[in-house]
Amino acid sequence: MKTPPIFKAVNGLGLILLFIIFAMPFIWMASTAFKTLGETLTFPPVWIPETFQWGNFAQAWSSGPFLKYFFNSVIVTLFILILQFATIIPAAYAFARYNFPMKNFFFALTMICLMIPSQLIFLPVYLNLSSWGILDTIWGLILPFATSAFGIFLLRQSFMQVPEELLEAARLDDATEWQIIRKIMLPLAKPVLVTLALFSFIAHWNDYFWPLVMTTNDTARTLPLGIAMLRQVEGGASWNIVMAGNLLLVLPILIVFFFAQRHIIRAFVYTGVK
Amino acid sequence: MAEIRLENISKAFNEDRVVKNISLTIKEGSFTVLVGPSGCGKSTILRMLAGFEKQTEGDIWIGDKLVNDLSPSKRDIAMVFQNYALYPTMTVKGNIEFGLTNRKVPKKERQQLIEEIAGIVGLTEHLNKKPDKLSGGQRQRVALARAMVKKPKVFILDEPLSNLDAKLRTQMRAELIQLHEKLGTTFVYVTHDQVEAMSMGDEIIILNQGVVQQKAAPIEVYENPGNIFAAEFIGQPPMNVFERKAFAETLEGVPEEAHYIGFRPEHAGISSAAVSVPHTIELESEILALETLGAESIYKVKNRIGVMNIRSFSAPLPKHAICFVSIPHEKLYPFGADKAAGPELNLSVKKEAALNGID
Ligand SMILES: Nc1ncnc2c1ncn2[C@@H]1O[C@H](COP(=O)(O)OP(=O)(O)O)[C@@H](O)[C@H]1O
Ligand SMILES: [Mg+2]
Repeated sequence: MKTPPIFKAVNGLGLILLFIIFAMPFIWMASTAFKTLGETLTFPPVWIPETFQWGNFAQAWSSGPFLKYFFNSVIVTLFILILQFATIIPAAYAFARYNFPMKNFFFALTMICLMIPSQLIFLPVYLNLSSWGILDTIWGLILPFATSAFGIFLLRQSFMQVPEELLEAARLDDATEWQIIRKIMLPLAKPVLVTLALFSFIAHWNDYFWPLVMTTNDTARTLPLGIAMLRQVEGGASWNIVMAGNLLLVLPILIVFFFAQRHIIRAFVYTGVK
Repeated sequence: MAEIRLENISKAFNEDRVVKNISLTIKEGSFTVLVGPSGCGKSTILRMLAGFEKQTEGDIWIGDKLVNDLSPSKRDIAMVFQNYALYPTMTVKGNIEFGLTNRKVPKKERQQLIEEIAGIVGLTEHLNKKPDKLSGGQRQRVALARAMVKKPKVFILDEPLSNLDAKLRTQMRAELIQLHEKLGTTFVYVTHDQVEAMSMGDEIIILNQGVVQQKAAPIEVYENPGNIFAAEFIGQPPMNVFERKAFAETLEGVPEEAHYIGFRPEHAGISSAAVSVPHTIELESEILALETLGAESIYKVKNRIGVMNIRSFSAPLPKHAICFVSIPHEKLYPFGADKAAGPELNLSVKKEAALNGID
C-alpha cells in the first residue's frame, strides 16, 4: 500500500489549513497579550508586537483580587473533581454490575439529566441554593456539579466491558466490592478516568455562566469572571490586558494538556478491555 | 480435601430449566470430570458449586458443610476459568498474591508461598510480567497457581484447556493429572471433549440437557454405556446404534425389550473377502468414505443394516470397493425402549454355540 505523493501533499495541506483555523484565535490572543493598546487597534493588524509588553500580565493580575479568584477557581475545580469521582464511581459500578429494582428507571433518569441544558434549570437550582443561603459561597459553585451524568454513562460503559469472570475470580480471592473497584475496575478504566477528569477540569475551570449567576461579590468569584471584568476597568476595553488575563487563565489547562497528552490521545482511541 | 454432594439440584433461568433435579456425590480426592455437549448445563453446575449462581432447588454440601447460603469465598474452593480471568493490570506475582493479601496472610509467608507455587508451575522467571506478555500456556499456569496458592479443599476447572493449541493441550493434560496426584485435592473438571474426559478423569459424569446420563469410571462408561446418549458421546467415532428391525434379517431371537442394538466401530472387522466366522454377523458392504489416520483407518460403509462407521487397525482397503464387515455377537449392545442400556441379548445363535462348545 503506497500512497501517491499527490495525496500526501493534499493531505498535508488540509492538515495545515485545519491547524490554522484552530490555532489562529489562540495565536491572536497570545500575540495581543504582548501588545500595547495602540498596537491592538491598528489596521492592518500586526502579528508580532514591536516590543513584548510583559507588563500587561502584571497589570492584569493587579487590576483586581486575582489571587483570590485564582484560589477560588482551584478550590471549586478541585472539589468538583473529587465529588464527581466519589459519586460517579459507585454509581457507574452499580449500574454496570448489579441488578436492583427500578435499575432501568434510574438509569433513564440519569440519561435525561444528560439531555437537559443547564440554562433550562439554572433558575430553580438558583432558587434552591438561595433558600439554603449558599449564594456567594464556593459551595454554591461546587454542589450543583457534585456528580456528572456524562461521567456515570461513560464509566458504566467501561465497567460493563470487564468480563464477569474477572469479578468472580476476585470474589473467590476474598476481595470486597471496594477492593474489586479499586484494584480491578479502576485500573482497567484508567483512560476513561483521565478523560473524565480532563473534561471536568476544563469545563469548570473555564465556566463563566454559573459563577456569574451565583456570585454578586468577590468572595466566591472565579478567574473567568475576574478576566471578564478586566474589560470594564479604565473605561474602554483594553484588549491587550484582557488577553493577558486570558492567557493566564488558560495556562493551567495548557500545562495539564502538556503532561497528560499521551493519556488524552489514548483516552480518545480507547475501545475496550482486552 | 472434601466430598461434594449435590442433592436434588435444579436450576432455572426464568422459566427455562437448564439443570434438572441432579443428585451426585463427588468422592473426596477424586478427579471427577463433568462432560457433555455445549449448553448442557456444565458451567451452571460448577457455578452453583462455587456459589456464583444460586440453585433454584436442592442442597449443596462440601465436606460436612451445607454451603447453600455461603458466599463463594467461604466455600473453600478455587476455580480456574476458561478464559483464565487473570487480573490484567497486575503482574503474575500480583495475581497470585491478591487472594493472600485479602486474607491477611503475613507478607513473609506470602512471599514463601508464591515462590513455592511459582516453582511448581514453572513461572519463577515470569513473576514480574503482566499477563498480556505471557503465552497461552503460561497464562494457564498463572491461573492454576492463583488457584493452588490458596490451598483449597476443592478445585473447580471449567474447560481450562480449550483455549490452548492441540499440542499444548496434551501436555497440560498430563501436567494436570500429575498436579492432582501431588495435591490429592478433589478436582471437579468440566469439558465438552470426551477424549479429555476419558484420559483425565477417574470418574466421569456424562450430562445432557441438564440431566445426568451416567456416572462411572471411564472404562466402565466405555464398556457399559448407561444409555444411547452415553454410548454415542464416548468413543470416536461414536457407537453405531440401529433400531432392532434393521437386524431382522441377520439376527434371530432378539428379545422383545431390546428396541435398539449398537456396537462400537472398533469392535467390527472389515476385510476384502468373506471370512464366515461363527457367532458373527457378516455383511457385504460398500465403502462410502475412508479416513486414513496412519495406525488406524475409519470407514463409513453401507450395508443391509444401514450406514455405519468401522474403525480398523489393518492396512486400508481401496476406496469405493466392496468389502465384508463382521460384527461378533458378543459385541452387540442392546438398549431398551427408553434408550437405557437394555436386557441381556440371549441370541439363539449364541446358545447354540455354547451347546456345541465352540465358544
Ligand atoms: N445467566 C444465564 N441466564 C440465562 N440463561 C443462562 C444463563 N447461564 C446459562 N444459561 C443457559 O443455560 C444453559 C446451560 O448453560 P451452561 O451451563 O453455560 O452450558 P455448558 O454446558 O456449555 O457450560 C444454556 O442454554 C445457557 O443459554
Ligand atoms: Mg460452559
